[in-house]
Parts: sequence; structure tokens; C-alpha cells
Amino acid sequence: MLNFLFRRLLSTIPVLLVVAVLVFLMLRLTPGDPAAVLAGDAASTEQIAQIRATLGLDRSVPEQFAIWFGHMLTGDLGQSYYYKMPVTTLIAQRLEPTLSLALITIVIAVVVAVPLGVMAAWRFGGLLDRTLMGFSVLGFSIPVFVLAYLLIWLFSLKLGWLPVQGYKRLSEGLGPWLYQLLLPAVTLSVIYIALIARVTRASVLDTLGEDYIRTARAKGLPEAKVLMRHALANAAVPIITVIGIGIALLIGGVVVTESVYAIPGLGRLTVDAVLARDFPTIQGVILFFSVVYVMINLLVDLSYVFFDPRIRY
Amino acid sequence: MTTPANFEALSVESATVVTQPSTWQRVRRNGSVRLGGIALLILLLVAIFAPWLGTVDPSLFDPASRDLTPGKTGEITTLEGETLQHRFIMGSDSFGRDIYSRVIYGTRVSLIVGVATAVVALAFGILFGLMAGFLRWLDGPLMRVMDGLMAIPAILIAIALVAMWKGSLLTVVIAIAIPEIPRVTRLVRSLVLSIREEPYVEAAISLGTPTPLIMWRHILPNTVAPLIVQATFICASGILVEAILSFLGVGLPPDIPTWGNVMAEGRAQFNQYPHNIFFPGIFLAVTVLAVNILGDGLRDTLDPKMAKRV
Repeated sequence: MLNFLFRRLLSTIPVLLVVAVLVFLMLRLTPGDPAAVLAGDAASTEQIAQIRATLGLDRSVPEQFAIWFGHMLTGDLGQSYYYKMPVTTLIAQRLEPTLSLALITIVIAVVVAVPLGVMAAWRFGGLLDRTLMGFSVLGFSIPVFVLAYLLIWLFSLKLGWLPVQGYKRLSEGLGPWLYQLLLPAVTLSVIYIALIARVTRASVLDTLGEDYIRTARAKGLPEAKVLMRHALANAAVPIITVIGIGIALLIGGVVVTESVYAIPGLGRLTVDAVLARDFPTIQGVILFFSVVYVMINLLVDLSYVFFDPRIRY
Repeated sequence: MTTPANFEALSVESATVVTQPSTWQRVRRNGSVRLGGIALLILLLVAIFAPWLGTVDPSLFDPASRDLTPGKTGEITTLEGETLQHRFIMGSDSFGRDIYSRVIYGTRVSLIVGVATAVVALAFGILFGLMAGFLRWLDGPLMRVMDGLMAIPAILIAIALVAMWKGSLLTVVIAIAIPEIPRVTRLVRSLVLSIREEPYVEAAISLGTPTPLIMWRHILPNTVAPLIVQATFICASGILVEAILSFLGVGLPPDIPTWGNVMAEGRAQFNQYPHNIFFPGIFLAVTVLAVNILGDGLRDTLDPKMAKRV
């Protein structure tokens, strides 16, 4: 197990390294000169040259990468052009809203999608199954911001049940925090529900054909127990996997959802940084999201041991 | 050409005996393919015939016709300075532009972006996939780059690239296509690796057929079905991501009528005038849904192995 853990950890290093190179190159291939952007329109040539020297932009590209990479390893992602503060601090400030939104979304998605998927597989070909499959195609197709406005229009403007926009910190109380985030989380969870329900259905459908299900039924086990203890438990690995892979979808959705609901999180920061052409911040946020994504999928891999005792590393 | 006449007669006869429908027939009979295909055909016709569908030039605006609710009649001034009475079926935006015309013309942009994204992603994906599958020394490094690319959430890559290149149709398409390339590469590579073990490929290799010819003649034809399926899903996601980019204000320039841009303009006034968001939103959702339904149908008929997985 330890041996595996070590090897699996090592295997993420090349991926992260490639990510770092790609993110670095992405912004080095910019047509514009970051120093000129930073200096503003009124700056003289000497001022621009000076800024270029302080940023290290006058060095060769490999040298720049080495410096940037070295700083990154010590947790220094550079200075934001626009917000005039370290990118690391900026990310830390914006982390709470995004983390809250993501957590509530995942909880809603799993609580809704897994039972739906199990039921659909149980009554394969039935009304619920067909409805769910139809809904999941719809869920994949309806753009998250269109859905967001639809829900705002219905629940906030027409019914007045939930707030239109904004965010309340967890320190202001669990109630207000949840109340503010409910609509964004429901919006964001729809595509995730579609994904998880589909995979749950397919996976449970597979296990329901196994001999041990017949045995369990033959010995008179209640159907609920057959489904939960035998079918779902054995179908867990693909479901956990898709939850991990879906994080990429979730991150993309966070960018849009936070923008619509005016939540001051990392997604909003990404869009603001792009609009302000704040390259160190863009770089930092993309890097941060990618590392989180890789790490979550590492955890997913490791959790297989927990969900399926047959798997030993 | 040189087939004897009696052989031809035999083959025609035996073809009538076989009741198994051909792949093409199965595709055509599939309900999802029909539904999605017909919906897309209608959208395609809308895009082509946009000028004749009661629209005005989508860039025309008239301060006198600002913020009209759907169905209201107002004035609109053409580029020649002529003032027309125009019925704003879907209302107008805060500049006094006709939402209906902008949405109808937006169909063109969305369909072009969707198809172009799929073509670009497929072209590079096939190239890299064939290279990785055939050139052992390149396989490792190339696939590690693809792994890295896949570890960055797709929308973030697109947003960052568009931010640097400034939005134009070409840059938006490339920015959306790049995060899709690794998936196509992986698919093609895995297909190549399994097909190259087939006896007919081994035979071709042992006969000394040049590698490019083997790829072209033996490998590529066998990747067509799964790639068509993949292409429809890339098309759907391309349309979606373009709308997201434009909506966030980082995509195509605001003067180009795209569904995302129309929605972006409608954001500030959503409380009073939700139609600015809903009409383009409905078109967008229906289009993506149609492509996805078509893709589902194609997957079920063309690629049964993949259909079983999900």
C-alpha cells in the first residue's frame, strides 16, 4: 500500500510539471508585452525597460521559466498586476466562496443522483429510467448560465423565495451562508447530477446481472438491501471515479455560476483577471485549479481501497 | 471492374438474402438520429436563409426603439437612413437592436463555431493519435503532454487563450478546440494500438507497405465511426463554450451577433427584460440538445462498444 501510494504520488509529478510548462508557455506566447501593459499608456521606453528588468522579462525564456518555477515551489505565484498584491494571497481570499459552492453542489448532486441512478437501473426500461435518461441529455445540453437565469427568474423574481445574487461568509452564520448559496449550487449541480446518475445507472445495471444478486434475492433478502448492500456497493468504484472526473466540469461551471450570481470566488477572479489582462493572476488561478483537479483524482484513486476491499495496492 | 458477370449476379442475389440492415440503414432508422438530424437541418436552414426570415440587419439600432418587450412594433433606421416600421417579435435590447434578427443571425455563428471546432480538434487529434500509435519514441512524451493538457479544466484553457489572442472567429475556434485535442488523440491512439494487431495490418507491414500508407489505407477507415461520434460531442461542447466565452465578455467582439453576446447585453436588465436572455438561451439549449441527441443516436448505432460503457 505504502509502495503504491509513493508510486502514485510520483506519477502526478510529470503531469503537474507539464501543466506548469503549458501554463507558463500559454502566457509567454502572448503577442503583447506584459511590461508595456503593466506600465500603462503614458510610460516612457525607459520605464518599460526598467519594469521588464524587474520582472526578469529581459532574460531568456528557459531562464524565466526556471525562476518562475522556483518561486512557485516556494508558494510564490507572483504579484497581481491589477490587484497589486501577491497572487497567493488573492487566491486564499477568494477560496472560501468557491469551496463552499463546490461542496454544497457535490452534496446535492450525490444525494440526488445516486438514488435516482439506482432506481433507474432497478426498474430498467421503466418510466423513471426513460425520464432520467431524457433528463440527463437535457442536463448536459442546457447551458449553466441559461439555467441560472431561469432559476433566478422563477425562484427569486417571481416567487421571491431566494436571493438573486451575492454571498454571505460562513462566519456570518450557517443559515445565511446556505440560503445565499442554495440557488447557485442547485444550478451548478444539474449537469453533475446528469453525469453521476447516468454512470450510477450503468454501473448498477452491470452489477445487477451478477450471480451474487440472484443469490441475495434467493435467500430472501429485502430488495432495498439487495440494491444498497450488494448492487450499489459493488458499483461504487465507477461512481467515485466519475465524481472525480466531474470536478473539471464543476470548475468550469464555477467560473460561469459565480459570474452570474456575483459570488466573489475564484471563478469570478478568473474572469476579472482575464478582462483586466492580469497575467500572473490568470496563471496562478489556472495552476491552482489544475493542481486541485489532479490531487482530487489522486484521492479518488486511493479511495478505491476503501470502497472496494478486493482492490489491494 | 474485371469481375465476371456471373459473380456480380451472385453477389447481388446473396445481398438480398441477408436481412441484416447495413450500418447506414441502422443509422437512418434510429429515432435519436432522426430527431436530432431534423432539428439541426431546420437550424441550418434558418442560418442559411437568415436574411429572408423577416429579419433586419442585426447591427441596426434605433434609440427610439430601446427596450421594447416582445411583440411591440417600433421604428428602425436602415444604413441608408430609411426609417422602417418593424415588429420586434422578441423585443429589443438597450441599444434598440432587434433581438429576433440577432438571434437568427446568431445561429450562423454558433453552427460555424461548432463545426469548425470539431474539424480542428479532429484534425490535430488524428494527427497526434496516429503519431503516438505508430512512432514508439514519440508515444511517451506526446501522451504526457496530452495528460497535462487534460489536467487543466477546458474552459480555463479557452478563456486564457482567448484573453491573450483577442477574440476573433479563428482564435475562438482554436482556443475551444485545443482542450478537446487530447481526448481525440487518446481515442485515435487506442484505436491504432488495437487495429495494428489485426492480421491485415501485420500482413501489410510484412509486405513492406510504407507506414503512412498503412495509416491512410488500413487504420484511418476503421477509426471513422468512433470519430464521427466524438465529433458530434465536440461540436456540442464547442457551441456551448463559445456562448459561455461571449457571455463572460471574453469571446467574440460584442458587435458580432452571437447568442452569448445577446445574453451578455441583456444581463444588466434581466430583472425588467428577461426576454433578452431567454430567447437566445432557448436557441442555444435547443441547438446543443439537438447535437447531443444526434450524437447519442450515432453512438448507439455506429459504436456499440462505447454505447455500452455509458
